[in-house]
Amino acid sequence: MSSVPKRGAEAPLQNPPPILEVRNLRIEFPTRRGTLVAVNGISFAIAPGEVLGVVGESGAGKSLTGTAIIGLLEPPGRIAAGEILLEGERIDQLKGEQMRRIRGRRIGAIFQDPLTSLNPLYTVGNQLVETIRTHIAVDAAEARARAIALLREVGIPAPEARIDHYPHQFSGGMRQRVVIALALCAEPRLIIADEPTTALDVSIQAQIIQLLKRLARERGTAVMLITHDMGVIAETADRVAVLYAGRVAEIGPVREVVRNARHPYTAGLMGAIPKIGAGAGKHSSRLVQIEGSMPRLTSMPAGCAFHPRCTKCFERCTLERPEPRPVGPNLAACWLYE
Amino acid sequence: MNSGALLRVEDVGRDFDVSRPWLDRVIERAPRQLLHAVDGVSFEVRRGETLALVGESGCGKSTLARLIVGLYAPSRGRIEFDGTVISDPANHAQTAPLRRRMQMIFQDPYASLNPRWRVREVVAEPIRVLGLLSSDAAIDGRVAELLKQVGLSPDDGDKYPHEFSGGQRQRISIARALSGQPDFLVCDEPTSALDVSVQAQILNLMSDLQAQLGLTYLFISHNLAVVSHVADRIGVMYLGRLVEIADAQDLFARPKHPYTRMLLDAVPDLEMSGRQRTPVAGEVPNPLAPPSGCAFHPRCPHANERCARERPALAWQGGGAAACHAVEEKRI
Repeated sequence: MSSVPKRGAEAPLQNPPPILEVRNLRIEFPTRRGTLVAVNGISFAIAPGEVLGVVGESGAGKSLTGTAIIGLLEPPGRIAAGEILLEGERIDQLKGEQMRRIRGRRIGAIFQDPLTSLNPLYTVGNQLVETIRTHIAVDAAEARARAIALLREVGIPAPEARIDHYPHQFSGGMRQRVVIALALCAEPRLIIADEPTTALDVSIQAQIIQLLKRLARERGTAVMLITHDMGVIAETADRVAVLYAGRVAEIGPVREVVRNARHPYTAGLMGAIPKIGAGAGKHSSRLVQIEGSMPRLTSMPAGCAFHPRCTKCFERCTLERPEPRPVGPNLAACWLYE
Repeated sequence: MNSGALLRVEDVGRDFDVSRPWLDRVIERAPRQLLHAVDGVSFEVRRGETLALVGESGCGKSTLARLIVGLYAPSRGRIEFDGTVISDPANHAQTAPLRRRMQMIFQDPYASLNPRWRVREVVAEPIRVLGLLSSDAAIDGRVAELLKQVGLSPDDGDKYPHEFSGGQRQRISIARALSGQPDFLVCDEPTSALDVSVQAQILNLMSDLQAQLGLTYLFISHNLAVVSHVADRIGVMYLGRLVEIADAQDLFARPKHPYTRMLLDAVPDLEMSGRQRTPVAGEVPNPLAPPSGCAFHPRCPHANERCARERPALAWQGGGAAACHAVEEKRI
């Protein structure tokens, strides 16, 4: 536990070396009417045992970044530029079979809907054993023992009996635990969790979040947690990347981003989140609203993509695109800090 | 402002028959199976206030909304609007004029607008159906006014719903709901399909409209933080029953029912006060076989033998009420 970076502390990027490093990732969709750039130069890194939260509104490119990392980008979408490095090794150019060996073995994935992530025709045990034996050379009995241990670890009561049940016999929260067990089967170094709690009720959300966090700590796994729910991020992540229109608006330690946002978009986003505070009750506080909505890919504004909605916009914002630059402990892509 | 009740719901219940087909039942000698989606709920909504109903999925809050606007008929109990019983289908002639005074805003703005209609037609439909205005020019003028009121441009009336983003579509839904000149709006998760920045716009718009037009809202949501920004009073539902109802401030400051406390604990902590979330053991039980006595007792840290045996009734105490033996016996 002692080697794991503390919550909220800036994780050193060089020491230990990051598990995942994304450099200037650009994802394009060629269409008849021109090329749409859905992700435009995103860079970040995740250290061992660290949870990086990736937030943004729909269409910001957060899920697309996740699918690009696990190599499941649907054509015609393609990685047009940039690099993805897993433990220092480039994986963005690997072809089908090579990538398949990494997926599941070194990168685990957890998706939003636990029902569609499991095969309804096989018992949970079958699916776990199959995944374990695909990636690790063990016999069937050993694999089953491992599967039971995993189910116990993710908090499923009576795993010896539950292992022979089918997915429909589990409730939503329990199913998501099974999906997490499945992602952990081969002891991956990186877990990509795309909205893992969005389909769950609040009371179950807390259980799943704590589970993810504990597993990352104990196993030194890097976690990329993609969600639109800032509350989930605030409780789970060590660092946060805020995406807007396919770019990183701000990235930094969770505490700094939530409490002391540098980028006007992040600040607006934080103010827009309803909170249960001291002044609960109607009309106690108007929510901060950001006028307008995120630009469509077909009509991306010049300069900073946020400038048409920004209250602090000045001339340079409309002309030149800002790159993320250090502002305090964060990196913020905003000309205000030039 | 008249503080009387605009809507009164008394001991309302709604069952859904989820039995297997008749032949299967005969062969397997299986009994009929009823799902009690809403089970003996009573509350009132006062004129000009916002009453919020919160609860997790399957607690019956949306069914209750549909019962109130008349999309479902209640299996038991009665619903009164402005002093007249509206839940009795035999009463249709008297209730039709009252029904006009309530409108509903739905959760999914992608599903609730007809994609083949121009926005102008969508918004004008209630005006035409209710015969509020007759000349086309007057209707166009009213539609333009409504669109402006919800923050859209009158020119947007010529577009189709697909040309709008989720937040703008929800504005169109609100304009449509307002076009019938209702005084009571039932809002079923109006912002849960929207992104946070857009959600803030819609919540602010709804509270402005309430102030301008003197509307009364029944606001249904699973999100306690959203509710804390809009509600005057809050009702908490669990497995088809109302377990607590109180003024918003009281509910957040002094929640009574253990389920309410649990829900409040489960809200993610954005302030990062270092508060430990207490994850609750267990999940919502199967509504087809609800637990005996208090439906919450298997998950409740304060449950005793009486809770498993006897169903608690809502007991009023000050401005709020909770259905809990432990609260009544002053054990918690």
